[in-house]
Amino acid sequence: MSPNMTLLIISGVLFACGIYLVLERSLTRVLLGLMMLTNGANLLLLTTGGYAGLAPFFVKGTDARAYSDPLPQAFVLTSIVISFAVTGIMLALVYRTWQLGRGDEVADDIEDRRVAAKTGSQPEEDAILPEDVSEFMDREEAAAADRAALHSARQKLLARDAVGVFPDGASQGVGSPDGTSPEGASPDGEDP
Amino acid sequence: MNLASLAPLAVVLPLFGAAVTFVLLRQERAQRIVSIGTVALTLALEVTLLVSVWGGGTVAVPIGEWVPPWGITLVVDQFSSLMLVISSCVSLAVLVYAVSQGVADGDHRDGPISVFHPSFLILIAGVSDAFLAGDLFNLYVGFEMLLTASYVLLTLGGTTARIRAGVTYVVVSVVSSLLFLIAIGMVYAATGTVNMADLAVKLGHLDPGIQLLLHVMLLLGFGIKAAVFPLSFWLPDSYPTAPAPVTAVFAGLLTKVGVYAMVRTETLLFPGDQLNGPLMVVALLTMVVGILGALAQTDIKRLLSFTLVSHIGYMVFGLAMSSVIGIGSAVFYVMHHITVQTSLFLVAGLIERRAGTTTVDRLGGLAKLSPLLALLYFLPAMNLAGIPPLSGFLGKLGLIQAGVTLGTPLALAVVVGGVAVSLLTLLALARVWARAFWRTPDDAESPDGALLAPAHATSMPRAMVGATAALVVLGLALTVFAGPLFAVSQQAAKDMLDRTPYITAVLGQEAAQQAAKQAAQTGVAQP
Repeated sequence: MSPNMTLLIISGVLFACGIYLVLERSLTRVLLGLMMLTNGANLLLLTTGGYAGLAPFFVKGTDARAYSDPLPQAFVLTSIVISFAVTGIMLALVYRTWQLGRGDEVADDIEDRRVAAKTGSQPEEDAILPEDVSEFMDREEAAAADRAALHSARQKLLARDAVGVFPDGASQGVGSPDGTSPEGASPDGEDP
Repeated sequence: MNLASLAPLAVVLPLFGAAVTFVLLRQERAQRIVSIGTVALTLALEVTLLVSVWGGGTVAVPIGEWVPPWGITLVVDQFSSLMLVISSCVSLAVLVYAVSQGVADGDHRDGPISVFHPSFLILIAGVSDAFLAGDLFNLYVGFEMLLTASYVLLTLGGTTARIRAGVTYVVVSVVSSLLFLIAIGMVYAATGTVNMADLAVKLGHLDPGIQLLLHVMLLLGFGIKAAVFPLSFWLPDSYPTAPAPVTAVFAGLLTKVGVYAMVRTETLLFPGDQLNGPLMVVALLTMVVGILGALAQTDIKRLLSFTLVSHIGYMVFGLAMSSVIGIGSAVFYVMHHITVQTSLFLVAGLIERRAGTTTVDRLGGLAKLSPLLALLYFLPAMNLAGIPPLSGFLGKLGLIQAGVTLGTPLALAVVVGGVAVSLLTLLALARVWARAFWRTPDDAESPDGALLAPAHATSMPRAMVGATAALVVLGLALTVFAGPLFAVSQQAAKDMLDRTPYITAVLGQEAAQQAAKQAAQTGVAQP
């Protein structure tokens, strides 16, 4: 049994083009790349059945080797249906991206960028706390002193952060990414 | 007739339920009843399956009386039925939670939310199919079912953040599925079969180089789904933006399906230890990189996504040891982790509802505001970190024991790493505890308005709290019944490493021996 070289080469070319396109930032190209990749995989699956033979309907007296293998064709059919569903979903996503942002590019994860830009120090954990004299203070006073120390430490850190990529305003404005979604918490429903 | 031959219903029931909920698209009440009823029925069925194989034994169910290795076969054994039961328990709790959240928020009649129920049920059908699959292609179909449903669930509502996350998720998933599909094509070209029991017999006769290639390709495909270290970057990027119940069920089930497929690959298809070394290195890196990522986060959902990645490393470690105690502990650890990680994500959803945000910079004083919520966070958090005597501790203890028994320098290094990662997990979760729950709201860097507001009637509906509490209790039950569960896990691991129960159940004893003999004579199996 020798596989069909033409199909294999085409499938290889499809893989190469597909990978190149998937690595692009434009979503339409990514979509095209995915379609090429799935078609490459389908061709590859098809060649695993070996040479093309008779249609696999049982005819008395025919040598079993004369039929072509039906199983890879069933695989390919399933795989085509699945790639159809995936292409549909990707098209919807691309269209929605265009609707929302008038753009066709993969966007950055804002929260991820923010975490990456952080200095890494936590005011609460890294501040130098004043000597613990709470034994001799009443609780209110101790809490106030504690808070004052924390506040000054935080101001210092914020001043340092402000030099970085994000000013401190941005670092607080970015909260949970879906705070405005209908299923998430709806702040307007919970405010008094 | 064996009760286990009802196995196909575990896939058919949710699919049927999905069809009915599609028809009932405009009747939310009926939709809810149907979907909860379906999942409950599926759970009952799967408990029956588990009971029928509890004492040991593997049952193969040929579909449509096509004799294996030609037809589709579903295989029920201890491992698959344990996974089925635990995944359905989790899905049921999440479904109740999601329904209650939807009810509290008012019905979105015209929104796309009504596709939630059908998609969720298809997801469950896909997960069941993947757990039961007796051949590689059916496994692929199961993966695709759950993935396609997950694309819809992840982008529910179509907000900017979700579409952005959804695009990454879809592309990465499609690429991983393609790798898997190509691997299936290669396997078929090399052996002429995709039935796993048949492959177990035939793969061993291939050239070692080809075996290694097929092995690596399969592991790559599954590794992306399981979020193993170099292939895990998509997960913390895409999970946190989804609605809380969706994230919870993804975190619990989807990565574990990948782990399940890896376990089957390592035990049934390629039983040798040729890749154990690399797998251990990967396990260590997954643990360490994941938890370091978690420490940097301020958003609870993102933090939990990173701990999810980190703890996949423990399962891979158990898998990489190829010993009964190692794989047995990994099986137990998977059950523990599904439950605990899902309950933590559900708690994060409750925090978001009660306090308006999951960013710890804006949280404080939750323990005083809602002691119940604090308890619901505290128990699974300690469980995840592995504080004795909870189930996380027991699973890690088993893994450490297995590592020390194995005794190679690499295994010992991973053991040390595992203990350190366990402590770091404790640190990450305790920081959330100290900041979100323990300090006064005034101390928060930028307190959220909802924190200081009095509790709203809809902020924490009873059924949401109840579903979360049920999962937390399930996590504790895993601790209480750890003895019998661990024994079953060990038994399952023994059967998987032995392989003969599986091959005998699918192909029959004679056929298995005959196939082995024939393959041995011809050298390479006939394509």
